[in-house]
Amino acid sequence: MTESLETVLSVEGLKVYFRSEDEVARAVDGVDFEVRRRETVCLVGESGCGKTVSALALLGLVPRPPGEIAGGRVRFCGEDLLDRNEAAMETVRGRRIGMVFQEPQTSLNPVFTIGEQIAEPLRIHLSLPEPEIRERSLQLLNDVGIDSPGQRLADYPHQLSGGQRQRVMIAMALACGPELIIADEPTTALDVTVQAQILRLINRLQQSHGMSVLYITHDLGVVSQIADRVYVMYAGVIVETGAVEQVFRNPRHPYTQALLESLPSRKKRGRRLYSIPGTVPHPAYKPAGCPFHPRCPRAIGACREQVPGMCGFDDHHVARCPVAAGRNAADWCTYGYPSN
Amino acid sequence: MLAFIGRSVVQKIVTLFFVSVVSFAIIHIAPGEPSQVDPLNPKFTPEMVERFRQAFHLDRPLYIQYGFFYRDLLSAQTLSWKDNQPVLHKIWERFLNSLPLFIVGTLITWTISFPVGIRSAIFRGGAYDRSATFISYVLISIPGFFFAYMLIIFVVSQFHVPVIGMQTFGMTDTAWFFQVNDRLWHMLLPSVLGATGGIAVLSRYVRSQMLEVESQDYVRTARAKGLPWEMVHYKHALRNALLPFVTMFGLILPGLIGGSVIIESIFSWPGLGRMAYEAILARDYPVILTINFIAAVLVLIGTFVSDILYVIVDPRIRL
Amino acid sequence: MSPEVTALASGLEEPPAPKRTRFEEAWRLFRRNRMALAGMVIFALFFFSAVIGLALTSGSRPRFDPSLVRLQEKLRPPLSMPHVESLRPEELPAFGIYLFGTDDLGRDVFARMLQGAWVSLTVGFVAVGISVAIGIFMGGLAGFYGQRHIRLEQLLVTAVLLTGAGLLAAGLRSWGALLLAAGHAWLFWSISPWGLQRRKTLPAGLRFFRKNTLMVDTVIMRFVDVMLCFPSFFLILTVVALLPASIYNIMIVIGLTSWEGTTRFVRAEFLSLREQDFVAAARALGVGNLRIIFRHMVPNAVAPVLVSATIGIASAILTEAGLSFLGFGVPPPHATWGNILSDGKRFIFDAPWLTFIPGAAILIVVLAFNLFGEGLRDILNPRLREKH
Repeated sequence: MTESLETVLSVEGLKVYFRSEDEVARAVDGVDFEVRRRETVCLVGESGCGKTVSALALLGLVPRPPGEIAGGRVRFCGEDLLDRNEAAMETVRGRRIGMVFQEPQTSLNPVFTIGEQIAEPLRIHLSLPEPEIRERSLQLLNDVGIDSPGQRLADYPHQLSGGQRQRVMIAMALACGPELIIADEPTTALDVTVQAQILRLINRLQQSHGMSVLYITHDLGVVSQIADRVYVMYAGVIVETGAVEQVFRNPRHPYTQALLESLPSRKKRGRRLYSIPGTVPHPAYKPAGCPFHPRCPRAIGACREQVPGMCGFDDHHVARCPVAAGRNAADWCTYGYPSN
Repeated sequence: MLAFIGRSVVQKIVTLFFVSVVSFAIIHIAPGEPSQVDPLNPKFTPEMVERFRQAFHLDRPLYIQYGFFYRDLLSAQTLSWKDNQPVLHKIWERFLNSLPLFIVGTLITWTISFPVGIRSAIFRGGAYDRSATFISYVLISIPGFFFAYMLIIFVVSQFHVPVIGMQTFGMTDTAWFFQVNDRLWHMLLPSVLGATGGIAVLSRYVRSQMLEVESQDYVRTARAKGLPWEMVHYKHALRNALLPFVTMFGLILPGLIGGSVIIESIFSWPGLGRMAYEAILARDYPVILTINFIAAVLVLIGTFVSDILYVIVDPRIRL
Repeated sequence: MSPEVTALASGLEEPPAPKRTRFEEAWRLFRRNRMALAGMVIFALFFFSAVIGLALTSGSRPRFDPSLVRLQEKLRPPLSMPHVESLRPEELPAFGIYLFGTDDLGRDVFARMLQGAWVSLTVGFVAVGISVAIGIFMGGLAGFYGQRHIRLEQLLVTAVLLTGAGLLAAGLRSWGALLLAAGHAWLFWSISPWGLQRRKTLPAGLRFFRKNTLMVDTVIMRFVDVMLCFPSFFLILTVVALLPASIYNIMIVIGLTSWEGTTRFVRAEFLSLREQDFVAAARALGVGNLRIIFRHMVPNAVAPVLVSATIGIASAILTEAGLSFLGFGVPPPHATWGNILSDGKRFIFDAPWLTFIPGAAILIVVLAFNLFGEGLRDILNPRLREKH
């Protein structure tokens, strides 16, 4: 995992704004991340930090009014995704990038059978003949661990359980053998036991199919289980990134530290649970300077005045906190400065 | 499934019974007498009035009158009080007049509303949507006869489209082709008029259903799968949006007996609506009650058909 | 590894997002919808002119006289000057000009329009008021108590009371009074202390009367179904044709025949609200049923009712116009817009303004109401709001 692999997805300075009559919500305010071949990368953060919007933006699924891509570059296997038109995007979606959504209850069309919904991408993207489609669908359902797949193909979504529906979603995303799977909190709406199964499944599929996974979640436990690298997001910007072991063992950014601190564990038994004081800022009314500074125990004056850039720590482990890197106002980090 | 049908039918029959009682009660509670038995009517002498009263069973208690009426109705013997014609025959005649208006009007309405509504929803907020919306609102708000007169003035002065009755005098002697053509011309304005209100309402409803469906998660999934734009909208979204309309299909049925009184008055179209209106004026109880009864039956059949269609079309509902 | 967490960060400020009350939020959304805003403005204008119109046209010597007949001035076009020589001084129109012309009896159309504005307004509001009141009552009953069954004894008491009232009305005074008295006596006994006491220990034979029959919900919905079977315009027409013509009859009849929609909305809202957590929470706190209904559920159910009410006003005005057209509207000489319109239909080629002016007025007002109603619907429907 440490040898430099080919980059499958590269995002630079992505900005997604939502404009309404009197305010601009800067949901994604200049994020950079990348996913390499056969890697599992996690994008982690609280609700409202912009991680889902980032993922939708990659596939051009952000509703155009009121949302808009206000800047940045997205490169997928070397090709630019942001300035493609709709027809070109249709060849990428489902075929080379698959997406799994959060709510299995509502993400499947209730009036078509499972078989029909799985067959669609196969028919459209791969133009397979019908008998091969059926075979492939059965194979896919098998891969994702659904039993009696032949019967399931003729069932409607409401006849399946939540876990099974999510497996079907995964099967649909995998159908055409994509190079990248984006999973947006696929297990949040499911039971914990089912969650564990789905995670194992994704892991296994990644090995067998050789694809990359961009996993979006707010659950740090999940991150520790499946990720190779992690990006921590807050209020629309990336605040820390690195290999999972490094970030978890040695979090540098105060936000990451606070997140890990608030996880309950056996060590903390009997003590009051820690929670980060204050609330996440409204995306249209973000504080000046570092977005986290109002809630940060280590903030200094400069944090309010200058927007911090990324500061390097260990090998490939960077965090957006000059204070943590021991800098002062005169010596602020500016690498990866989110351009305004 | 069978149990559902059985229960439904029983419920509908009970409702029908209540409808018959209520309509009977309304007519008899209201003040005023049928013209033949009105003691103030100078045309009839008191003895004739008395004879009419007996013939119409008006001297018997209400529930006996009820019995007489429905016995006659169900054996197709009801006679109109105004002109002593068999009621069912009269209704049938007028119905045949109203029918073409109804069919053409409904066809126009349904074939225009859906494309307009769907297009408005898919390109929400665009120029098409905004103008269609505005026109719909105006059409809903305009008083029917006002619009009719505007149309008449405009069309008659420009295009000489006929506006009175169902056919021109003396047409019966000409060739078959000319007769049909003539009929069609006469039908044009009334059915278009009847359709405009319907188009306005239905297209708005189609649009709102479509919009609601478009915001669902499964439409987003369909797009994420890379399906072409047409498939996302016309296959995934539309199929769900159309569900409630399939059931509405059954409810068209009651419209058969409707026939807008206003339109028929304006164009002197001898239809069912006008007949009902005249019957009300003349207190022709048998006619009024019969039409009411038939209307109720049609409504009930219509809702029944809707329920069945709903079960068939939505896979989530299985009884 | 863990930072110091005891001290709050210096300069911890509240995020500067503005706080808005629900009304402000609704107003902000409403403002964005231009058509709805226009609708509301027009409605305000209409309301204003109706009230002023009432003041200006009523009384014995009104400023604008709507019923003053001047046969020599019939069918004058709008903005025409009166023939001063042929009129007595008190017959001259206000401002010395026929703003909207005159009708076939020489009456000032402008004055009649003013008078009619008030009638249309009242018809709309009263009719909708009645139908909304009935609708909320029935829908609330069905929604809230829907799952309860009507006990046989309750059915019997109601039957006794109804028959008593019926007999009273039909003239059999003594029997009617007897039944009514019996019914009321039973009611009082069942609410009184010994009545409640006795209920717990009924002998076996009488317990039959406590049996459950139909559900409240079923009864009410079947009733709604029955009402649905009557095509609404026909029903109104029937009743109006059979009753003596008066403005009150029309209002009441329109109100009595259009409550089904409201009932269904209210019932649906109540059914869904009843299951929600905040109702259970209120119950757990010991809040009584009536208070729950009025303080918690009604405000939430009000939204669709409000929308259908505004659209209902529009449709009531149109119905009144339709009835006038067929000759069943408010009797002359009182003017309504429908009246003027239908009177004018005979002169449509000679005096088009008689049809055009009231028609356009109705169109604008009804359009305004519809737009306003739709604007309300867009605001009050959280799902259609744009998400951030």
